[in-house]
Amino acid sequence: MTEPLLRVDGLKTHFLTRAGTVKAVDGVDLRLDRGEILGLVGESGSGKSVTGQSILGLVDPPGRVVGGRVLFQGEDLVGAGEKRLRAIRGRRIAMIFQDPMMTLNPVLSIGTQMVEAVQAHETVGRAEAWERSRRALARVGIASPDERLASYPHQFSGGMRQRVAIAIALLHSPDLIIADEPTTALDVTIQAQILFEVQTLCRETGTALIWVTHDLAVVSALADRVAVMYAGRVVETGTVTEIIGNPRHPYTRGLLESVPSRNRRGVPLRSIPGMTPSVLDLPEGCAFRPRCDRSTGACTTMPELVGEREDRAWRCWNPVGAEARGDAA
Amino acid sequence: MLVFILRRLAQSAVVVMAMSVLVFAGIFAIGNPIDVLISPEADEFERAAAIARLGLDKPMHEQFLRFVDSALGGDLGTSFVHGVPALGLVLQRFPATLELALCAMLVAVVLGIPLGLWAGLKPDSLAGRVIMTGSILGFSLPTFWVGMMLIMAFAVTLGWLPAGGRGETAGLFGVPWSFLTADGLAHLILPAVNLALFKLSLVIRLARAGTREVALQDYVKFARAKGLAPARVVGVHILKNIMIPVVTVLGLELGSVIAFSVVTESVFAWPGMGKLLIDSILQLDRPVVIAYLLVTVLLFVVINLIVDLVYSLLDPRIRLGGGRA
Repeated sequence: MTEPLLRVDGLKTHFLTRAGTVKAVDGVDLRLDRGEILGLVGESGSGKSVTGQSILGLVDPPGRVVGGRVLFQGEDLVGAGEKRLRAIRGRRIAMIFQDPMMTLNPVLSIGTQMVEAVQAHETVGRAEAWERSRRALARVGIASPDERLASYPHQFSGGMRQRVAIAIALLHSPDLIIADEPTTALDVTIQAQILFEVQTLCRETGTALIWVTHDLAVVSALADRVAVMYAGRVVETGTVTEIIGNPRHPYTRGLLESVPSRNRRGVPLRSIPGMTPSVLDLPEGCAFRPRCDRSTGACTTMPELVGEREDRAWRCWNPVGAEARGDAA
Repeated sequence: MLVFILRRLAQSAVVVMAMSVLVFAGIFAIGNPIDVLISPEADEFERAAAIARLGLDKPMHEQFLRFVDSALGGDLGTSFVHGVPALGLVLQRFPATLELALCAMLVAVVLGIPLGLWAGLKPDSLAGRVIMTGSILGFSLPTFWVGMMLIMAFAVTLGWLPAGGRGETAGLFGVPWSFLTADGLAHLILPAVNLALFKLSLVIRLARAGTREVALQDYVKFARAKGLAPARVVGVHILKNIMIPVVTVLGLELGSVIAFSVVTESVFAWPGMGKLLIDSILQLDRPVVIAYLLVTVLLFVVINLIVDLVYSLLDPRIRLGGGRA
């Protein structure tokens, strides 16, 4: 197998608070090839956003990456210095955040915020940086970009702001974009437009994408592969078809069953019983055990990721569908 | 914009009018200047003549109307004590106070914003804690006591700086200024620091609170994710956002620094408006007190207007419209 673009090995990000150590990310493994789109799925508090920020070393104190490796084209970013990380941020790996209302500085014009992003990595004059920003805005479908560059964030709608954020992310044609729930705060129609555009742009430019979301419907429309997170760990990973059509982890199945669908009209939705456990007080062994209808005595020890391939694996002693196949661990 | 300014000026006129009524009524409550101004040996006839000359024989409302009438013509009355126009007396002292107040503000801003930023970015560091503890002292120590301690330390014991007065001045626009000469600057340092201390603490606290709030915003993280240098993230993205509350409060405080430099001016024998006010109150010199208060009101009004204008420059979300400002 060729060297992947990004390889995350046993990443651990803990928050050292007075109430105790919060293991927000506790041993996450991911891999991503060039141009591939990975959906990182999980409920609130599953550690998916922190995983995205840990890759770029953007976790704020008291959070800290305490273990594991983030290999980006073979280079470990966990041990990298701030200066090296700064050279990668925005240029090789870009990020888009959840709330477009909050990601653009309210007191700086769009032009200022784009020009500074260009000039952070290249010594170009203001005029050229402006021109590049203009083209980037046009590319994400913003009309009259010149006028827009002189505007301030509050003069834009939510969808427009997220387009601006995407344009900023695309400025340096990065190898990887980490998008942290970028469409969650948007209207459904705008959401669909943005999804379509991001997909097209990534295909065109060969940019790989990690799409962090809690929305399986979005993932199924967008991603090539999916990693499902629960309580700071990846519990199942596979291609979109495998995850949607043949979920093995009971949590993945629960997530799928709680998506409203046209096909099951009239049938009550199923929901996963219980709540996400407090990250301060995780149950011993498999963290999903208290909410799981398949749990057995074995579940008090943490199962390893097992499966058919490195990128088709699950973390469960009693995987769904095991009875029929007879491949239970 | 023009509509906004005109409307503000109209509002200001109402404020000035209300103020003059209050001041006029208040000054009558303090005491009767005749007891102070006229020698006890004067006979009944001399007394009556003096009272009539000062216009104090008329009833209060008549005195007020006469005052308003001449005030509209720019005449705020003649000082009982000095025998010169009261407005001229106040304005003559104004540059000294303005100079002191602006220097104090400069010290407060130049030191306060960086210290507040530091304390906000590194709240748990030793330096951050020391800065915050220092700002509590700045808030709680009384100005006059700090002033006397400064004189004790730097003027009496060390002998580095003069203890009082304006020192040598140089003229600019026909007005004497201390900051233009080395000697004047030396005289300016202690009172300016004394006056700045409280405002410095205020700026530190404002800047720190703002920084702690802004540093957690998504747009700061996004700025870092763009690969910007820390200097740009702090110096542009954070600083510009915390400047909005700082400018607002400082603008209001500039007015109060000018108005309440009274204590510092008294301690350091700084010949400004504040010292003139104290002297005039003691001598019940009504026209001077009234002129001082009206000048102060006008200052507040002008400063507030400037603050509103600066505010709209800093925050693009605020546009001063005539219709819904």
